[in-house]
Amino acid sequence: MTSKPAKISVQGVTKTFALGREAFTALDDVSIDIADHEFVTVVGPSGCGKSTLMNILAGLETPTSGRALVDGVPVSGPGPERGVIFQQYALFPWLTVRQNVEFGLRTTGVPKQERRARAEHFIELVGLEAFADALPKTLSGGMRQRCAIARAYSVDPSILLMDEPFGALDALTRVKLQEQLLRTWSRDRRTVLFITHDVDEAVFLANRVVVMAARPGRVYDVVEVDPAVVRDEAFRLSPEFAALRNRVWRSVYHQEGRTAALSGSRTDTPS
Amino acid sequence: MSVLDKRGAGPGHPLPGQSSDALDDTAPGGTGQGAGRTTRTRQRTGRRGLTLALNAVSVALGIAVWWLLASAGFKLPTPPEVVSRARTLIGDGTLGTDALASLTRVLIGFALGTAVAIPVGFLMGWYGILRGLIEPWIQFFRTIPPLAILPLAVVAMGIDETPKIFVIFLAAFLACVISTFQGVVSVDRTLINAARVLGAKDLTIFARVVVPASTPFILVGMRVGLGSAWATLVAAELIAAQEGLGYRMQNAQLYYDLPTIFVGLISIGILGLLMDRILLLAERRLTRWQERR
Repeated sequence: MTSKPAKISVQGVTKTFALGREAFTALDDVSIDIADHEFVTVVGPSGCGKSTLMNILAGLETPTSGRALVDGVPVSGPGPERGVIFQQYALFPWLTVRQNVEFGLRTTGVPKQERRARAEHFIELVGLEAFADALPKTLSGGMRQRCAIARAYSVDPSILLMDEPFGALDALTRVKLQEQLLRTWSRDRRTVLFITHDVDEAVFLANRVVVMAARPGRVYDVVEVDPAVVRDEAFRLSPEFAALRNRVWRSVYHQEGRTAALSGSRTDTPS
Repeated sequence: MSVLDKRGAGPGHPLPGQSSDALDDTAPGGTGQGAGRTTRTRQRTGRRGLTLALNAVSVALGIAVWWLLASAGFKLPTPPEVVSRARTLIGDGTLGTDALASLTRVLIGFALGTAVAIPVGFLMGWYGILRGLIEPWIQFFRTIPPLAILPLAVVAMGIDETPKIFVIFLAAFLACVISTFQGVVSVDRTLINAARVLGAKDLTIFARVVVPASTPFILVGMRVGLGSAWATLVAAELIAAQEGLGYRMQNAQLYYDLPTIFVGLISIGILGLLMDRILLLAERRLTRWQERR
């Protein structure tokens, strides 16, 4: 981590959009370095540019100034080494679970036999083997997102970019998928950048929580989580977790004295 | 109790419940699923039976009203008169020849129309330049009823099959091209992005995302196009046709032959309906993946 270049390096990235006649600054001079095998969550109020940041790293948008590097190389478009998981699942509705998972393997030219085997493997990994030949419309939200995760994993990306992947799910399903994601992650420890608006989720999953502020979107605070911590229910209910959550919560909702919570719709509430 | 080292933390984050609880969040699943599905199927067939019964009752009622009006002295042939005329026309082969001639025209015009409309619609949706070049012409011709094109078509193409098929082609093409174009421009951006991040290039995105995503639109366009094709048929057969359902009806009009007009009308209705059902079936099969509300 010391001499090696960061896996992901965001250097002074600014992104402005034209909003009618005015320019809207989605990201203002944002810099983040993420080491290989790190699990970083980004949390912030709506309009803080967290999705824009992810789109830039995915290569779906280009920064107005500054640069985004992956393995020391500037991002110049989407690529299968960066897996993306969207909030709206983005499954191809005309393809079955298996065909969805095989999609990326087909575009990257994996031969049919191997394609089958690899798709099978990742479908099993997310526990969808009984639904391999089902169409997305017959799946629940949680199952759809697990299919999307299997699809992203299938092309073996070294980085996973996740844009509020569990945002549309109910609280129970969300907790299950968080634990499953961590289980999968702990096997291969791919670098993960996970966007969320849920403070609990951000703290539970991360090695490091990046708190962003809105108008203009910028990095406001960074909270480290002890890497030795065991992420289980006991952790979720522990005073350590509560302390971390309070710290992040204050950062998100009381940025420089103003209550950011009032400026956007939220689904999470303090407990 | 400390949260640290609770399970002698190995690499990564060991988690409780290592057993697969993966399927727990699923609404469907388990044994209840099969049972649920059968009941649903049974319900659906039941509802379908009811709909069919209602359809039959409605048709019977319609014929009864027609019969009543005919006997009440309106200028209408009675159902038996129409049936016996149909028998005669079938017997001497007239109806068969007419139906075949009309069907051929409609099918050729419709096939050509959709065959041209689908690629043109795709090109318009995919390339802004082509859209700018083609769209004014389509919008212009869309406002002209095919009937109004007929005089021009006759002068330009003579009085054989060509102008007849041409106006049917035009009607089918215009209906289908707009719909295909709509389908392409309304493809969900997220799906295109999802394909891009999985390494798909433009051609792959086109073939494997844009085409399937637009299929429902194309099929709706084809059904509308088929309707327009039949609607244009009678007009097309105004042009010195020697046979065809439209021609037969116009001919019957000269002799005040109401039963023959009715036979023609009903034949067009039945043929149109049959073709529409075939397309509907294709639509159901090809767009089974769609979520219906």
